[in-house]
Amino acid sequence: MRQAFMHTLTTLAKKDPRILLITGDLGYGVVDLFRKTFPDRFYNVGVAEQNMVGIATGLAEAGFLPFVYSIVPFAVLRPYEFIRNGPILHRLPVRIVGIGGGFDYGTNGLTHYGLEDIGVMRAQPDIMVIAPSDEGQTRNALLATWDMPGPIYYRLSKDETRVVPGLNGRFETGRAQVIREGKDIIFITMGSVTNEVTDAAAALSGEGISCAIVVVASLSPPPVEDLIGLLSRFRVALTVEAHYITGGLGSLVAEIVAENGLNCRLIRCGAHKTPHGEIGSQAYLRQINGLSSGELFNLALSEREKEHPCNHH
Amino acid sequence: VRCRFFDIIALQPIPKVFARFFVILFIRNRVCRVIEMQQSNCSLSSRIRQMILRCAKRANVGHIGSALSTVEILAALYWHVLRIPAPEDPQRDRFILSKGHAALALYVTLFLKKWITEKELVTYCMDDSLLGVHPDHLLRGVDFSTGSLGHGLSLGAGAALAARLSNSSRRVCVLVSDAECNAGSLWESVMFAAHHRLSNLIAVIDLNGQQALDYTERVLDLSPLSQRWRAFGWDVHEVDGHDIESISTTANELATISGPPHAIIARTIFGKGVSYMENQIKWHYWPMSDEDYRQALEETRKTLGSDR
Repeated sequence: MRQAFMHTLTTLAKKDPRILLITGDLGYGVVDLFRKTFPDRFYNVGVAEQNMVGIATGLAEAGFLPFVYSIVPFAVLRPYEFIRNGPILHRLPVRIVGIGGGFDYGTNGLTHYGLEDIGVMRAQPDIMVIAPSDEGQTRNALLATWDMPGPIYYRLSKDETRVVPGLNGRFETGRAQVIREGKDIIFITMGSVTNEVTDAAAALSGEGISCAIVVVASLSPPPVEDLIGLLSRFRVALTVEAHYITGGLGSLVAEIVAENGLNCRLIRCGAHKTPHGEIGSQAYLRQINGLSSGELFNLALSEREKEHPCNHH
Repeated sequence: VRCRFFDIIALQPIPKVFARFFVILFIRNRVCRVIEMQQSNCSLSSRIRQMILRCAKRANVGHIGSALSTVEILAALYWHVLRIPAPEDPQRDRFILSKGHAALALYVTLFLKKWITEKELVTYCMDDSLLGVHPDHLLRGVDFSTGSLGHGLSLGAGAALAARLSNSSRRVCVLVSDAECNAGSLWESVMFAAHHRLSNLIAVIDLNGQQALDYTERVLDLSPLSQRWRAFGWDVHEVDGHDIESISTTANELATISGPPHAIIARTIFGKGVSYMENQIKWHYWPMSDEDYRQALEETRKTLGSDR
């Protein structure tokens, strides 16, 4: 997603001289295209993320469109108060680009995981929060939003390869995208972990369980109407996110279910606890946090059984 | 003074009038200018101080000492340094009150510059007012909302970079408290501005030696502060922070087209002008009693001249 984002951003920067790229000394091999094309509009501010967001705020006040870039926890958590008191408080078009999210930086450890970024960003009413699921959706999300007033947070996965089947790069702010129709269970997902869900749904269909999948890339503004319509048709919904189960997509769906009195049981899949001493590949971390396709398959089977104990075979 | 000149001139024959007029004007300019400036500066700071006290008393809030230490700095910047034809002018110099808790001094300044009305000023700290303890950018004349210490200089560095990228000669002035120099984020901005040689960025450090709970040297010693800023690559000047002319002259002589960013370390007295507040920690937060208020008004009138 990083390459697609940077490629699209460079293209946009050719027609809009307001666009600047500011990195906190990250993006080796990723920021090169922009840096080479616009050496005067690229700044590496060093390992100084508070200042990075502060100067972006000062630049945006004067009419520039700065994109600040770092790994999720350094783009969001370290300068969080600067984001709040800067672009959000002043309603300025600063774009926070967080790379990774979830367990993308698996072997790097918790310092590099993004497990609460959606939660803390979603808690701020006046910043758009976007977490695309694949490259095509990343490209279209950027094209649909780059020019919008006010700040935006983009959470981009490191995954450059897998394409989410059925998504075809669709994106619309405040909308959700159905990528698979089904009638028994609905999966609601965000980000690159969507591929685990599509694999699980394919396996579940082999067991005679028909799963719908809906992708939520526009976390804020949330696709409330879309989700009400979809959730009303299901008895069981599973949210799947590479994020703590509090504050992110699962919480968003829980709010919608509760506030609209929907008759739908919700199971939130995600990280339940701080990963103390848990190091490994993204695949391993997804698995031990119940987010691998296999774990999701097992969970969906048992949840389905609770709904229809007699039909189990 | 001016009336007397015109009276004299009116009684003279025409050619003599011109000769005398220019001689008198010349002498008047050279001799009286300094005295007049001192008098007007003195009455300006007295006026700002008295209005700060009135507003603080009306709202029954603190942060009075912090506001009083910035009076001459704001007077110098707004009357003699900053180029702000109108607060809406995109080419105006930017000002950031990084020590947002001194906002009351800024409000009074904006009022005296006629950018906010008396009707607005008297709403200070009232419900549904834009004038809170810390400044809000929605208020006319406030470029950035501040209040979180260690934030303002990064905003200023961005604003200065924006001016350079736009080929604008506008300058950015940030009023920083000495306690803000505790914050790591401030030094991030200090390094950035020096690295990119943001010569159009001026940081004025209000060195009043106090912070919320104690004297700065007892909390986190900042000395030698000038050497620290200099070591980070800034052009550093030290001034008496209660001398409007010294602050103005120093600021106006800075090279803001090229070279390093500038720091003006302004030595001030916390609570300046009110004897019982000067250098007293409790006046960071304390509001005035009626007796305190009477005395404060009297002293600011007495010591600094009155223009009621």
